Amino acid sequence: MTLKSTLLGAAALVAIAPAAFAERGADGHVNVIYWQAPSILNPYLSGGTKDLESASMVIEPLGRYDPEGALVPFLAAEIPTLENGGVSADLTSITWKLKPDLLWSDGTAVTANDVKFTADYCMHPEGGCAQLAKFEGVSAVEVIDDLTVKVTFSEPKPNPYGPFMGGQSPIIQAAQFAECLGAKAPECTEANFNPIGTGPFRVTEFRPNDVISLEANPNYRDPAKPAFATMTFKGGGDATAAGRAVLETGEFDYAWNLQLAPEVIQQMASAGKGQTIAAFGSLVERIMVNMTDPSPSLPEGERATTKHPHPFLSDPAVRKALSISIDRDLLVEIGYGQAGRPTCNLVPAPAIYASDNTDCLTHDIAGANALLDEAGWVRGADGIRAKDGVRLSLLFQTSTNAVRQDFQALIKQWWEEIGVETELRNVSASVFFGGDPGSPDTFQKFYADVQMYANNFDGTDPEAYLAAQTCDKAPRPETQWQGENITRFCDPAHDALVAELGRTGELEKRGEIARKLNDMVTKESNVIIPLVDRGRVSAHSNTLGGVVLNTWDSELWNVADWYRIK
Amino acid sequence: MLTFTIRRLVLAVPTLLFISLVIFMLLQLAPGDPMAQVPLTVPPEVKEKMREALGLGAPVHIQFFKWIVQFFWVEPQVLIDHLFGTTFSEGQLRVLSWQTRSPVMDIVVQRLPQTLWVVGMSYVLGVMIALPIGIYSAYRQYSAFDQIGTFVSMVGFSVPTFFTGVLLIVIFSVNLGWFPSIYDTTHKVTDWDSFVYQLRQMIMPVAVLALYNAAQISRFMRASMLDNLNQDYVRTARAKGLGEKTVVLVHVLRNSMIPVITVIALGVPQVFGGAIITEQVFKVNGLGQLLITSIEANDLPMVQTLTFIFALLIVIFNLIADILYGILDPRIRYD
Repeated sequence: MTLKSTLLGAAALVAIAPAAFAERGADGHVNVIYWQAPSILNPYLSGGTKDLESASMVIEPLGRYDPEGALVPFLAAEIPTLENGGVSADLTSITWKLKPDLLWSDGTAVTANDVKFTADYCMHPEGGCAQLAKFEGVSAVEVIDDLTVKVTFSEPKPNPYGPFMGGQSPIIQAAQFAECLGAKAPECTEANFNPIGTGPFRVTEFRPNDVISLEANPNYRDPAKPAFATMTFKGGGDATAAGRAVLETGEFDYAWNLQLAPEVIQQMASAGKGQTIAAFGSLVERIMVNMTDPSPSLPEGERATTKHPHPFLSDPAVRKALSISIDRDLLVEIGYGQAGRPTCNLVPAPAIYASDNTDCLTHDIAGANALLDEAGWVRGADGIRAKDGVRLSLLFQTSTNAVRQDFQALIKQWWEEIGVETELRNVSASVFFGGDPGSPDTFQKFYADVQMYANNFDGTDPEAYLAAQTCDKAPRPETQWQGENITRFCDPAHDALVAELGRTGELEKRGEIARKLNDMVTKESNVIIPLVDRGRVSAHSNTLGGVVLNTWDSELWNVADWYRIK
Repeated sequence: MLTFTIRRLVLAVPTLLFISLVIFMLLQLAPGDPMAQVPLTVPPEVKEKMREALGLGAPVHIQFFKWIVQFFWVEPQVLIDHLFGTTFSEGQLRVLSWQTRSPVMDIVVQRLPQTLWVVGMSYVLGVMIALPIGIYSAYRQYSAFDQIGTFVSMVGFSVPTFFTGVLLIVIFSVNLGWFPSIYDTTHKVTDWDSFVYQLRQMIMPVAVLALYNAAQISRFMRASMLDNLNQDYVRTARAKGLGEKTVVLVHVLRNSMIPVITVIALGVPQVFGGAIITEQVFKVNGLGQLLITSIEANDLPMVQTLTFIFALLIVIFNLIADILYGILDPRIRYD
């Protein structure tokens, strides 16, 4: 009944006083559906997007990324830069200043101590913090005064916006989490489910993996916001049902990440109850080429390691032929519609880091055939090319997912046209992306010749992402098969350039190096064959205003500005 | 009978311990990693630290022993504390879910109401529909009613709930707009209006499951009735001049119900197990949905606890079915 009376109250308010538009809670109730249900509202204990984004309405970082990838201050008074003196000239420290008079939702003041505590919480050696990478290189976090906090790095950090920036690194209340450090972190169920925050909403009830009930935070810094008094954040089900609830039945106002076939979304949208929105970030669906030999005839421990180069994929001509024989436009049309665009880049955005590499976009079967002919790969009686007894026969694996299996079938067909035999295989996502060193089916172990998946980077700086392709990061038995250089690509010139990027602070120069690194693994060597720049499609009802889709931060980053269109 | 019950209960202890060990070992052997859902942007070293924080580094037998202690020693204490306001369990580590980092049993308790309401209601409804259909179908074997009944139960048997569920949603939510397609688990029944809303949101999932349950039980009822209708005692009853109503509803029905009640009792654990697919389709988010999301997330403590609770219920209801059989049928004696 509370919902109904709030709604009625809101309606009455609007009827008497049209000026009430800019009043907190004037627009009643809003319903949001995420088809993956949030499990916990503490992003430091869970890396899951669903948890991070639902928590982003409650706890906030010092600054966020906007839809263009630019930095916007949230709890901070301004973004510290070299120009305003917030970042030291030697790039080893950054000083954040909080906005004055900020309050937690329980009415106490937000101070620099909370910021420092947040760092202590995540950097605790026994905590198992999911966002530890954000704090990499941090040597000290000091409180200068009540509103000022200084982060010092152990070495120059050209991109100092790791800690406290973006949805992954929000500020938590020191008073609430004081007893939850380290190994005690998981025991603080109450704090993890109902964090006290500074965001536009606060939790009234959290049901893990089901639903969150929220209400407007009475102490939110903008007295006119949020426009909604209460929110239901439902989780679970599947993308189709979420899309249906917004676009067809109108039960919900916002549905997150509709990973559906383009024609399904189109058909749902034709019901006229809502609309879809799309935005692009850095997520790229790509094929990784194995530079090492995954043959099962090799002994365990040597299989798929740099001891044995791949028998035919180490030939650059073969890799290039595999890349240009793919019709990326068709893949986008079939798999992603408005949520995808063809790409040849590993780093498709932001603009300063995106290379102008478009060579692979032309679907060129004849060219690929010519390339292979030239390299001496001759077609046999069965139509499959071979050279010196080595047949171009490969195993292509990916995770189980309808779109990926469609892609596999199409790519197999194109590759057969150029005389490459392809065997397809798909592995359950929980095994494929799980890092179990005992399993032969993980993407890190890469017991296949090529594999397809998507990856992106946090925030707007691709340094760590590009640095993942260095020789020493190759997964191998000595590292328990952990490592991010999945292709086992190894080029000293590339590694030297990565080191140079780590020393360069100037943005123009960083862009130049990043673009070069991108080209080295894509168009120059084709060890990574990018396919589709994958955007995000979400949907909102026609009566929900103020939605700005953001792929660089939480999708709900501006939930304070949402309102009901009347 | 009492000694039989006691003997069975004592025997159940090693059985359950063995089951818990088997479940644990199966989960250990199954491929998968609780970190699989963590985005690839989180570096492997960090994931390794997270795994350690979950206690994954400990040897297998220690992990199993910890679970046994937490489940059989700590959790009952928590229950006692909850009931009597005592503080036995203070400071003791409970079975924690890897996904939510919160006590598994709290979530189970939170999920029980919607599962019992929706799945339980559908079971009751299914039984109530199935019994009359089964009785009449058998009494008028091969009549038009029997044929239609057979057809409907074949449909209920063979059409999967993910199809009937979505079909109902498309018809009644999307096209007609009568019922909500998403179940609101936070809804509380406080007055007539909210009761009507609760009915509206329950109709579709209950209907889907009731069809499925009714199909199964009506077939059992029919078969059991047919067995009895041709018995000598039925002919005797008719020869005594008893009315058809008394013959069928008193003599035959009583005898036919014996195996059917056993089947119904054996089906009750399924109610607690939830209806994984139907719960997913209608977003009821009960125990079934909890189990499937935990499996997807490789949340082993949650999966282990849930499967074990289901095993426990199956063992208990098997015992109940056996005892009921003895009580209902005087010919059966266990001692």
